[in-house]
Amino acid sequence: MKRAGILIALAAGLASTPAAAERIVASLSVHRVMVTQSFTGLDIVLFGTVERDSATIPRRSGYDLAVTVTGPRESFVTRQKERMAGIWVNAESRTFVDVPAYLAVLATRPFDDFTSAETQSRLQLGFRRIVLPQQIGADLADVVRDDPFRVAFIRLREQRKLYIEQTDAVTFMTPQLFRATIPLPPEVPIGNYDVDVKLFADGAMIARTNSAFEIVKVGFERFVANSAQNHGVLYGLATALMALMTGWFASVVFRRD
Amino acid sequence: MEIYLPVAELPVNVMLILGMGLTVGFISGMFGIGGGFLMTPLLIFVGVTPAVAVATVASHVAASSFSGAISYWRKRSLDLALALMLLIGGLFGTIAGVWLFTLLRSLGQLDLTIGLSYVILLSSVGGLMVAESMRSIARARSGRKVELRRPGSHMWLHGLPLKMRFKASRLYVSVIPVWGVGLIIGFIGSIMGIGGGFMLVPMLIYFLRVPTSVVIGTSMVVTLVTMAAATVLHAATNHLVDAVLALILMLGGVVGAQFGARAGQKVAAAQLRLLLGVLVVAVGLRFAYDLIVSPTERFTIRLLDKTS
Repeated sequence: MKRAGILIALAAGLASTPAAAERIVASLSVHRVMVTQSFTGLDIVLFGTVERDSATIPRRSGYDLAVTVTGPRESFVTRQKERMAGIWVNAESRTFVDVPAYLAVLATRPFDDFTSAETQSRLQLGFRRIVLPQQIGADLADVVRDDPFRVAFIRLREQRKLYIEQTDAVTFMTPQLFRATIPLPPEVPIGNYDVDVKLFADGAMIARTNSAFEIVKVGFERFVANSAQNHGVLYGLATALMALMTGWFASVVFRRD
Repeated sequence: MEIYLPVAELPVNVMLILGMGLTVGFISGMFGIGGGFLMTPLLIFVGVTPAVAVATVASHVAASSFSGAISYWRKRSLDLALALMLLIGGLFGTIAGVWLFTLLRSLGQLDLTIGLSYVILLSSVGGLMVAESMRSIARARSGRKVELRRPGSHMWLHGLPLKMRFKASRLYVSVIPVWGVGLIIGFIGSIMGIGGGFMLVPMLIYFLRVPTSVVIGTSMVVTLVTMAAATVLHAATNHLVDAVLALILMLGGVVGAQFGARAGQKVAAAQLRLLLGVLVVAVGLRFAYDLIVSPTERFTIRLLDKTS
């Protein structure tokens, strides 16, 4: 698992593309992030290469990459405050259903510089194009891009570094060899992460590959979290007992008679 | 020094959390209040989600009030019989409060209700305390005797049946108003998600005429039992108590409560009431500020419970 040298994410040749087309081979520096007591966030490095052979046609535009990292999916309520009779109260609210709790969109250049708006929409490239379904009555649907709730949701997630859009984060070290850094902030959600790498040339997507990593609690952190989840009553009694012990202990230590 | 919290799922600075526990513990020990209404916003400020903050603060409050209660017990300045009667009333108040809580949440007006009740309760209770204690202090300065307890005066309270003697408080009153006070504290506390010590203390002083020195220890016993029960309930129902965060808070809290209890016994009763009054008014104004001043960020995000 840990041997980063072994590339687990090999691109499968896409059926629709001709035999001489490019392939991407990519891997991550870590596939399993261990969250221990000293965890304060981590940068994962994505690296890889664009494979060509002698029959591959030269590309006039060179290569561009778009990397989308999607964390576990959760539902969120976004509320808007409004002034009513002089005081600010939560008025309207929207529920975003099963949207990524973490989202990083990384690219070599701004999307408009290497692909069309239609392609961006179809492939959900970037914050403006990604689908963030909202509960609207009984239906689920995404709304217009500049909907105030959608904009606010992305802005607030960006402030906590849980949504990241960097259109200069993927760099080519040689014409074929690329790397990118995926920044995981301290409060990154625990769970499974999907890494989607797309290769573009001459305005179109020409290859695509997937990789994945997981963030897990280990050791003591795992023990505490599991106890809290699976043995609630015992865990609560233990915590209450701990409170009494600490209180008693302090009163003995600080006794001045 | 950073440490990762297993349930809250984020790292925090240990020294910062210890310092917060210490400060709130000091205030808690000095005034006999739990301090949950101070600690919860502080935890939310460092990034802990509100649900985890509320659940975890309960155990911190239990620890610091136990530490404080032992100090008062050694000086025999607490009234266990009174605490027991208050808790009986509190139990019924809590049941009623939880019912109203559910109703208000289904109507979608819970946040507003909590905000408004904080402002109204805190500023009126605090304002009355400040005014009364200032008068006491002024009277003491002018040489007249301070008489909070007028032994001869007969209130309507004294006509009620079921009289009971509370030795430590030097009181002989009906248990009905005692249950009533417990009921109100349990009711308001469960709606607002707090122990209610900052309201219990003034009610015991002004309404039941319990001596200030006994009030603080007694209030701590009530808070201790309520919050220990709340810890177990939170852990059993929503699994959001973070034991690591709780331990760091407790370590600071119990030490702070010891120094606070010592400081509280040195300060004259009227001055202590004035200080608590000022603190309560300040927190009330803080909530009023949030309701009245235009927020810089009008949107908030909250993770939806997986269960709902």
